[in-house]
Amino acid sequence: MDGIADMGGTQGWGPVHPPRPDEPVFAEDWQRKAFALAILSSRLACGGVNTDAFRHALERLDRAAYFDDGYFGRWFNGGELMLTERSILAPGAIEARARSLRGEHVEEPPIPEPARPHYAPTAEGSLRSVDTAPAFAVGERVRAKNVSVPGHTRLPGYVRGHIGVVDVIQPAHVLPDTNAHFLGENPQYVYTVRFDSREVWGADAERFALTVEMYESYLETTA
Amino acid sequence: MTTTHGGQDETVPVALRTEALEQLLTERGLIDPKVMNGIITEYETNVGPLNGAKVVAKAWTDPDYRQRLLQDGTAAIKELGFSGPQGEHIVVVENTPTTHNLVVCTLCSCYPWPVLGLPPSWYKDPAYRARVVREPRTVLSEMGLELDDDVQITVRDSTSEVRWLVLPERPAGTEHLAEEELVPLVTRDAMVGVAKVEAP
Repeated sequence: MDGIADMGGTQGWGPVHPPRPDEPVFAEDWQRKAFALAILSSRLACGGVNTDAFRHALERLDRAAYFDDGYFGRWFNGGELMLTERSILAPGAIEARARSLRGEHVEEPPIPEPARPHYAPTAEGSLRSVDTAPAFAVGERVRAKNVSVPGHTRLPGYVRGHIGVVDVIQPAHVLPDTNAHFLGENPQYVYTVRFDSREVWGADAERFALTVEMYESYLETTA
Repeated sequence: MTTTHGGQDETVPVALRTEALEQLLTERGLIDPKVMNGIITEYETNVGPLNGAKVVAKAWTDPDYRQRLLQDGTAAIKELGFSGPQGEHIVVVENTPTTHNLVVCTLCSCYPWPVLGLPPSWYKDPAYRARVVREPRTVLSEMGLELDDDVQITVRDSTSEVRWLVLPERPAGTEHLAEEELVPLVTRDAMVGVAKVEAP
């Protein structure tokens, strides 16, 4: 989807923050549990590991939930969204308990009846084997389809409609676009496609190359 | 998240919400706190850029290993015992005096956990995610790395489950150092491609 997470090439973010060599993994105490709880919440909601569904939850968060508490806050909020969508938690349950914890008198919503998706991955992880030959060859010119996808996709907006060259044919992987919605694995080859910066950003762009991993169905021939 | 009561915004801090969710799931038996703490320990203590540094130092000192690493990163990294989530298919690319690779995930913050641990804050920062695919030379300069004009830059956007690890250039003046002595020189930032490894 053309949402908040698809930020490649967008402007107005200000300067980058130079690395700090001594940065701890978790800068604040709560981030430890937020990280682990997000992983566990996603597993609970999906009935297994589905990173695509988790990423789709993150990209559907509103601006405040995505940004205000940083990366681990975003993860936590994504976990909450998944738990409430699958009726493992009632909306507002976390907030009500949090208010109770700080001494407010809050009535907690009743526990709903869970509605987990039908999810049966054929193997662990996302690598799969397919018995067809790759549709595109190394060195071939390909175009990233110019499409607007309503649901989850890993085709970034900034390369859509642009032409690149297949650099590497990677192994087949589960297709995030369907797997995120529990609509099947549809494994496909993944292509590392090399773009010239001027093709993507125009003649005045800095000179560099960019590679983007493209699932086979994201690509079309240029002929 | 924020709710409004009587026209006034009252925010429940995320730290408190985290405690609340832990309680809610634990009391219903949906999570085991031991499992939760195991995940935290794994990524706070066990997995981190020291793993990647060992891979790089071995590649610098063992030409056969270097070749295997560049050919099949996942398998060569597993030889040293490193594998796991976010490391199903790792591709290693080499930086040289004339070619410079750097890694980003514009869509979230995908990162090769088994060799580098969880990503640092600058990698997750929207400014890095958004800008490095558009003006990498400017971004690198802001991060303190000035590259000569004739260096060819390749930015790797991690849009699939393929994960990228940069094999940095071995710095001049380290020819006499053994593998174990090289390990502490290799930084996380060099393995993402936003810095070079410096000689001691």
